[in-house]
Amino acid sequence: MNLALTILIDGVTYASWLFIVALGLTLVFGVLKILNIAHGSFYALGAYVTATLVSLAASWALPPAMSLVAMLLAAVLVAVLVAPLTERGLLRFFYGRDEVLLVLVTYAMFLMMEDLTKLIWGANPYYVSEPYGMFGNIDIGTQTYVGYDFMLVALAVVVGLGVWWGLNRTRFGKIVTAVIHSAEVASSMGIQVSRIYMLAFAVGIFLAALGGAFTAPMLSVQPGLSVGVIIISFAVVIIGGLGSIEGAAIGALIVGVARALAVHVWPVAELFSVYLVMALVLMFRPQGLFQRIQARKI
Amino acid sequence: MMTTFARRTLTASVLALLTHSALAQETFKIGIVSFLSGQAAESFGIPAVNGAKVLVDAFNKGQAPAPYNKPGIGGLPIEVIYVDEAGGATKQVQELRNLYERDKVDVVVGYVSSGDCLAVAPVAEELKKFLILYDCGTPRIFEDNTFRYVFRTAAHATMDNVSMARYLKARNIPVKTYNLINQDYAWGQDSRKDFMLSITNLYPDAKAGVDQLPKFGAGQYGTEISALMSQPADLVHSSLWGGDLQAFVLQAGPRGLFKKSQVVLTAGDHVLPGLGEKMPDGTILGARGAYGLMAPPSPLNTWFWDIYSKANNVYPVQAPYRMAQALMGLKLAAEKAMAANKGKKPSTEVLAASLRGSEWMSPGGKIRMALSNGQQAIQDSAIGRTQWDANKKMVVLNDIQRFDAECVNPPLNVKSEDWLKSGFAGAKCDTKPAAAAKAADKKPAN
Repeated sequence: MNLALTILIDGVTYASWLFIVALGLTLVFGVLKILNIAHGSFYALGAYVTATLVSLAASWALPPAMSLVAMLLAAVLVAVLVAPLTERGLLRFFYGRDEVLLVLVTYAMFLMMEDLTKLIWGANPYYVSEPYGMFGNIDIGTQTYVGYDFMLVALAVVVGLGVWWGLNRTRFGKIVTAVIHSAEVASSMGIQVSRIYMLAFAVGIFLAALGGAFTAPMLSVQPGLSVGVIIISFAVVIIGGLGSIEGAAIGALIVGVARALAVHVWPVAELFSVYLVMALVLMFRPQGLFQRIQARKI
Repeated sequence: MMTTFARRTLTASVLALLTHSALAQETFKIGIVSFLSGQAAESFGIPAVNGAKVLVDAFNKGQAPAPYNKPGIGGLPIEVIYVDEAGGATKQVQELRNLYERDKVDVVVGYVSSGDCLAVAPVAEELKKFLILYDCGTPRIFEDNTFRYVFRTAAHATMDNVSMARYLKARNIPVKTYNLINQDYAWGQDSRKDFMLSITNLYPDAKAGVDQLPKFGAGQYGTEISALMSQPADLVHSSLWGGDLQAFVLQAGPRGLFKKSQVVLTAGDHVLPGLGEKMPDGTILGARGAYGLMAPPSPLNTWFWDIYSKANNVYPVQAPYRMAQALMGLKLAAEKAMAANKGKKPSTEVLAASLRGSEWMSPGGKIRMALSNGQQAIQDSAIGRTQWDANKKMVVLNDIQRFDAECVNPPLNVKSEDWLKSGFAGAKCDTKPAAAAKAADKKPAN
């Protein structure tokens, strides 16, 4: 019983930050049809900007709670400053071209951003671990957990519900849905598709940066952060179905719990467990768990 | 007549200038390969390059202490080309060829990754070019191959785990049960195996429990920490390094793992300056040699510590020490070969003969090219225990114990694994005098 509970808690806490990042990836794909390889770079950027802002907050002797505000602000800054620049300055020139070309363009972005972060922040690590201790510890069974991990779970729930509500219960969401179904028809109805693309991309990047900002206190922020994140995020959205919010949530939970089960029961199969689940899902539902089968346009 | 004279004079002047220029430009060219990007850059690649930069600068100015005080190498200015080790073994093989064939370097010094070392060593040998491996850990390079032109100027990874096991035994630290967490690639798996074999020799009744092998660069260790805490053991062994080690300490510290078990980190010294007070007190760690805070006191070490700290605003840890001992060994070997060659650059064959089996003093102590026909180094090692010093605002290391090279490295012509399985047969252990250990504790702070 204790083991099952531990696996469940470990799986859910791992899934929380992963869901936030994967949600951004799936949103960008759903709206812009871009498989954004550079998504992990925006995650890393969120972590770096957080490191800078939290350090600034500490140097100004602001109350510790302000570091949470600084983390949120870091994600907003990345979304507001970097996302429009990337989407308007680069990606829009490749819309309508082969999707493989866009994958290559975002791969080039990933390589450049790795160097860019090193140019700005250098190769030395940054630590912003103070917020990690803000929520105290919680004892459950034989384990001691850090309260911050549960705060991340709550944040993931809020973010997931927020994005779902935004897409399904607001006028903006309906416009985005229209663009997802057919950009051409939406355009003919007077919708500024390019504006929707930019906003959707910014929201996707915000989520990547938010994931980076709120995991930064658990990590040493340094070059190389982006690689692992993008690979595991892809596994999540492929399991859940590209472009599906529910899929990202369930995919993250499946990956988190499968991984936790392997680590506790058969540690050498940790990586294998994630990709085994992915392979099984693809065998029976090649489109992922939550993506509806769509008629191909001719 | 005047025209002819003038033409001849001009021609002679131009020839003289060209000759002078050619002579003035003759340099000793070194290709240094280390991680400048990616996950290994921050902890190893860039500190090693920073170490190379201060050392080469001091060599070129003739400002290093004797016997390294001759300007450059044998009077020739040292010219360095830095290459990024990131990109995988295939890329590194091509880069190595470029360094030798396009850039015409005399020597390549490099490689942190064991995979890269295994890939480039046979290529240098085939090209008959001089190669020094300065850091990578796997013992297999020289135990499974025979080389003439490839050297490793630092001890391999077996030493780290033998030293750790010997330290635990010497300090009577109980090890009835132990858990492990190591990265799932050559370094982590070799370290895990070496530690288990070493512990079996010294604690025959010790039982291994949880055995975690997270992937390299995992970053998130919450689940692994739960697994380690669900079956608490006397000891947790880890060879994690770099960002992985930093993340593990940041996540495991608040969850109380360091209080439940004695955590030992075989290669952990390099994270101390960055982590500072976040490193839990009482953690036992090694540095892959007697480096940094555990280096033996000597004028050479004080000099290196000072020039590195001044240039980089942080004290040197294992990677710059390993780079320094490689460049110092190269300098002495090359100068010895040049002295026998009327001051001219030696051939690769002569240079290799000069380094083979040689010994020299480095900031981390004596380096002896004692294994694998004189191609592989052994050196002393050291282990210590962490304590945050609020006055100095840095982690200091207490209870430092150094081990003779021949106590923690396999003897000549014995493979590491066979040596461990034999119960350290032939090891020569001479306990360091207490005075030496105390002197080590009083090392100047940064």
